[in-house]
Order: sequence, then structure tokens, then C-alpha cells
Amino acid sequence: MPSSRRPAGRRAIALGALAVVGVVLSACAPGAAAPDTSADAVDVSTELTSDEVTLTIADETGFPVTDKLTEEFTKQHPNVTFNITRDTFQNLTANAPKLLASSTPPDLIRLPTLGETVKDGLVLDLDPYFDAYGWDAWPASQLAPLRMSEDGVRGSGALYQLGLGYSITGIYMNTALADQLGIDGPPATMAELEEDLATAKAGGVQPIMAGDKDGVVNFVTQAAMNQYADKDEFMAWMFNEPGATYNTEGNTEGAELIRRWADEGYFPSDINALDYFTFVSQFSDGGALFTFNGNWEAANYQAALGDDVTFFLVPPIEEGGDHVAMGAANSFSVAAKSQHKNEIVYFLNWIHTDPVARQIIVDVTGASPGGDPSLALPEVESGSLIEKALEMSAQIGEENGQVDFMANTTAGIYAGSIIPESQLLVTSQITGAEFTERVQKFYESEVGG
Amino acid sequence: MTSRPAIGPDVLTPGDTPASAVAGSRTPRRATAIAVARRATLVGWALLVPALLAYVGFVIWPLIQGVQYSFYDWNGVGVATWVGFDNYLRVFTDPDLLGAIRNAFLLIAFFTVIPVSVGLVLATLIRSMKAGAFASISQTILFLPQIIPLAAAGIAWSWMYAQTGAVNQILSGVGLGWITRSWLADYTTALPAVGLIGSWVLTGLCTVLLLTGIGKIDVSLYEAIRLDGAGWWREFFTITLPGLRQEIAVLVTLTVIAALSSFDIIYTSTQGGPGRATLVPGLSIFRIGFTQSDVGLASAFGIVLMVLILIVVLPIQRLSRTESR
Repeated sequence: MPSSRRPAGRRAIALGALAVVGVVLSACAPGAAAPDTSADAVDVSTELTSDEVTLTIADETGFPVTDKLTEEFTKQHPNVTFNITRDTFQNLTANAPKLLASSTPPDLIRLPTLGETVKDGLVLDLDPYFDAYGWDAWPASQLAPLRMSEDGVRGSGALYQLGLGYSITGIYMNTALADQLGIDGPPATMAELEEDLATAKAGGVQPIMAGDKDGVVNFVTQAAMNQYADKDEFMAWMFNEPGATYNTEGNTEGAELIRRWADEGYFPSDINALDYFTFVSQFSDGGALFTFNGNWEAANYQAALGDDVTFFLVPPIEEGGDHVAMGAANSFSVAAKSQHKNEIVYFLNWIHTDPVARQIIVDVTGASPGGDPSLALPEVESGSLIEKALEMSAQIGEENGQVDFMANTTAGIYAGSIIPESQLLVTSQITGAEFTERVQKFYESEVGG
Repeated sequence: MTSRPAIGPDVLTPGDTPASAVAGSRTPRRATAIAVARRATLVGWALLVPALLAYVGFVIWPLIQGVQYSFYDWNGVGVATWVGFDNYLRVFTDPDLLGAIRNAFLLIAFFTVIPVSVGLVLATLIRSMKAGAFASISQTILFLPQIIPLAAAGIAWSWMYAQTGAVNQILSGVGLGWITRSWLADYTTALPAVGLIGSWVLTGLCTVLLLTGIGKIDVSLYEAIRLDGAGWWREFFTITLPGLRQEIAVLVTLTVIAALSSFDIIYTSTQGGPGRATLVPGLSIFRIGFTQSDVGLASAFGIVLMVLILIVVLPIQRLSRTESR
């Protein structure tokens, strides 16, 4: 080509121009400085406005409780209407910081992990409302995971979230299968649980129904760890306290137990192909003796299995010992840039205090409504799984045995490390020690970096 | 493409004045000629502006930003800190990320080698069929997977690969029950299983494109080689394959890019599991950038992926060009 030299020369100029632009760009870092949150302090009011307002909520799909709650709230306060947008859990968590940083953020947003939203000044400090509404009557242990210090450590500091229901996890047992195997009731210790698993295996019944395509086997993994680990040490790690580690003796012991269960064949052989909905429906179809799950499935399991199912807390190692169970708020945060801070917090307080709202929380989610323990508990059918779930919540509250889900430790740890490593653990590809070591290594790269 | 000069500033340079630019000036003195040419150049550039703006705004600018982000530790919202080449260092030292790159290269076998070879065979077979209903029906059926979104293909195939899915039912049906397994949950079969979804989608595209390529080959060449007594293989290697060099180059380029930047099939079928057996750079970048909110590392990995794709694809382009001359 005769003109081939010219474009080459021009390309060089273009590249040079790009380089110049690049250098200019690199002089100014992307992103904005953290906003000065003290500047836009609100006049805290616990009175609901009489103006017409529309509040916006960003929630995950398949979470109908916000529909029911907002409907009831509008019925009681017709001047307040709601606009709820929904996205899948994964998309919502990925987009949450950008939604909150936009000029028109949702007033209330489902936010499973605070992450760096506090540091970036994106979520509202609820402490002024804590004082104004008198939330100090609420269980402090329930609110602790919703607090974050200025250094980004959860568990203490200002309150940034509240729960639309507070969940509890445990073990569901198919009592029909248990009768068939000669198991007369829920195990009282971890050793008894293991005996039951062996009995089921010997009797040709699937011992545990669990899936790990999307990491949910970690309900089982953490349930085991909870019994061996030092609770405060474990919580310190989940709250990202400096120097906290996952690689502890107790955690490793729990992980080794899971490895042993995998070796014994207590999990489904295609566990890594089973996602949450598949394993839930397989347990509903009577596919296993035990499954580890939360109160949110209580109504479903009851509907599917009727009286042939019971729900109980994961047993301690020693008989009569205190129970430890994962539980967490279905956490929501108020956007720091919300134009209706007083109104949306009024709505949050109403959810925790209004009898109808509390009843909705229990009926729709099966979770405890939280709030002041002296308030009457919603009515539930006696002997139902939901009643059991509420009792379990109360017991864990009394024994102070609630821990957060380890998946909430950092924004990326679940997909980036816990899921892939647990897939290896439950198929006997790595040891329990390797599991805790690798998760800790990922944690350090994420928290340190 | 290469034999024709591109329309644009290349043809309208002052020193290389095309005939059309000076057609209006009957007695061109050198100065006016240059002036006219200059104006033509300006008009040329003006005509280019809309396209150029779009290209710069949606391709070049994001690319520059991506390069910029890759030198920072940034969560996408807050304050960014300059970290130099740290992010690149991590891409090349983190075994998980290197594993993802390795998986992407292994996928080339399923996204490129299988579809192009199978496409060649099918195209030759269809060509040798009599034109008619059967040939066009086969073409349509082969092309059908192409109209299905990759994300949907990933979901549908993950059902078929399940323990009780169609694949295992068929295998059991033909007496291969001992081989059945949950294909996407098995460490050794997950990546090939995911790769075959890609093969299934891309074979149709390859076949149809190669068929049109064969249609352009001069029929007299086939007649000639037949008269010389050549069989099917001889005909394939002497006439068909060389005649399709351009099409093959295009297909290899497209499918290699599809393999190295794969995301949707993996995202909907395995999420990178079991373990990290099917983790690919696309999925990794998505997670690092949007779940872990580490925009810097995600950008660095994205730039590395782009460079890798260029390193693989550019020689293919060059090869097809030089040989066609």
C-alpha cells in the first residue's frame, strides 16, 4: 500500500495524544471525596408529616413483605404512598452503592452488607432517631450487627440499619422419616446429631439435604463452626475488627467435621449442582432426614410436609449447653441523601411497634419482628413451625447466642471465596484446615486491600 | 476489505489528493489545488465527526478511563488511591485469576476448534446435497441455536446436564448408565460440559458462514478437479479449504474472542464452580468490580484480558491477509 506510512505516522500521533490524555487524567484521581455528612444534619422529628409524600424503596425480588407493609401503612396514613423498585438480590447488592450515590437515591434500600457505604457517607446515621424514639429498649444484641464504627468495624459505633424482621436458623427434621429410622426426637448434642446422620445413612435415607451451587451448604458449615468456635472471636472476624482471623482452632474443627460428613456421604452426591430452590424443594418432597435452613422457609415446609416436620436449634456439644445460631436482620438502610428522612424512619419505627405491622412481619416472613421485647408477640398458630421459630428466636436472645452469617463478613467473600472453597470442602477435595486458611487469605486481601 | 481503500481521512490527505477533490478546478495552480484539497479534507473530517464522537465517547473514552482506573485502588464511589502497577501485579500472581485465564484458553478448543471443524464438515456435506427442502431445513435447524441468547442456553443446558436431566436419561437409555453424573458439578467434566454449550451455539454460525463462502468458490474449479479424478478429500483440501481461508479467519477471530471473553454461559450454568473449575476472566472481572467493589483490580484484569485477546487475534488477521495476496 503506497499510503501505508502515513496512517502509521498518524497512528503514532493518535497514540501520543492518548498518552497525553492519560497523563492529564492520572493527575486527577477518579471518585469523589467523602461528603461532609455533618453539613446536612436533619431536624429529627418523630411526628409524621401531614404533607403528601411518596417514599421510594429499593428491595430485592421475591420479598413481598415490603408490599404488605407499605399497603398497611398507606391505609393508616393515606398521605404517604410508596414506590417500590425491585431487582434480584445479586444485582441489587452490586448496584446499591451507585444507587445511594446518585442524585435521586431510594429513601430506603435493602443492604445486606454495609461495606464501604458508611465510609463513603452514603447511608444515614440513625443514632439521633435511636434517642428520639427510645430504641434503647430494643435488644442491643439484635442491633449490634447493624452498627458500624468510623473505622468500618461493625458491632459498635453509630446505627446505620434496621431489620424488617430478624431471622433465625436451625435444623428442620422430617419426623416421618425419623420415626421410620427409630429416631425419637431432635438430637440434644452434636454427637447425637452425628449418630442420627449415621442411622439415616445406614437406613438408606439421605441424611442431610443441602445444596452448594450457590453456597447455601454454608448454613451447615457455619452451624458446625458455631458450636466449636469462640463466639466473640468469630463475631470479631465477621465485624472486621483489626487483626481478627477466621483461621481459628474452633472454626477449623467445625470445617473438619464437615469434611468428615462429606467423606461419610452425608451430603447429596451432586451437592455442587443443587441450588437453593432445588434443595429446598427436595426436602419438601421428603428427600432427606435433616436440612439446615432459616425461619423464612417455615411456612413452606409446613405447607409441604404438614405435621411431619419439626424445627429446632443446632444442638451444642455438651448436653444442656448454650445454643449458638446464625440470625440476622433483613437489613435496610436509609440513604444519606434521602429527601424524606423523618418520614422513612417513622415508617421503620412503625414496623417495629405497630401491632398490625408486627403481625405482617411474622405472617409473611416467619421472622421475629424485633423491637421492644415487652411488646406483645404476634399471634401464630399453636404448634406451627413459625411458633417454633419465634420460640427459638426468644431462646437465642435469652442465651445471647446469636451470630451473624459469615457470608455477610465482606461484600465479596461469599462469591469470591466461601462458595468455591466450600464446594471443594463438601466434595472432600480440601481439608477443613485448608478451608479456613484459604478463606482467611481472601479476607485479608479484601479487607487489607 | 484490504484491496479497497477505506473511506475517510486516509483518502483525503493533502499530499495524496484524490481525483474527485480536484475535479472542479480546470486549470489547477498548485496553491489552489492545495486549498481545495484542504477544504475537502475539512469536509471529510466534518462528515466523520458524528461517527468519531460516538466512537470516542463509547469506546475510546471508556477504554482510557479503564486504563486510568487500573492504577488506582477504588471502590467505584469513594476516594481513589494511586497504587501504580499493584493491580497488574495481582493479576499475574493471584493463582485464582491465572486459573481463570487458563480456563479461558482451554475454552478455545470448544468455542473455536470444534465449531469451525464441524462447521466445515457440515457445510461441505450440505453443499453436496441437492438444493431443496432438505438442505434448507438442515441449514435452518443448524442455525437455530444462534438465535437463542447465551444466557438462556446456559440455563437450559444446566437442566439437561443435571443428575436427572436429558443427557443422563439418554446415556442410561443407550446402556451407558455407568457414565452418568452431574456433569456441571464434576471437577473434570464441568469445563468441557460448559464448553460444549458454546460449541452447540457457535456451530450453526460457522456452518452458515462457511456455506456462503463455499457458494462464492468458482464452480468450474470443482468441475476441473472432478475431471482430474479427485475424490471428496482431495476436493476438500485442494479447493474448499483454501477457498474458505477468509471465512475461517473471520470465524476463528470471532469465536476466539467469544471464548476468551465468555461470561453469560458460565454465569447462568455454573457460576465458575465447582470450586473454580469453570471460572473465567469475564466472571472474575464482574465479581471483583461489582461484588467486591474493587474497580481498580477489575479494570486491570479487563485491560490484561483485552491485551491477551489482541495478542491471539491480531496474528490470525495478519495471517489471513498475507496469504490472500
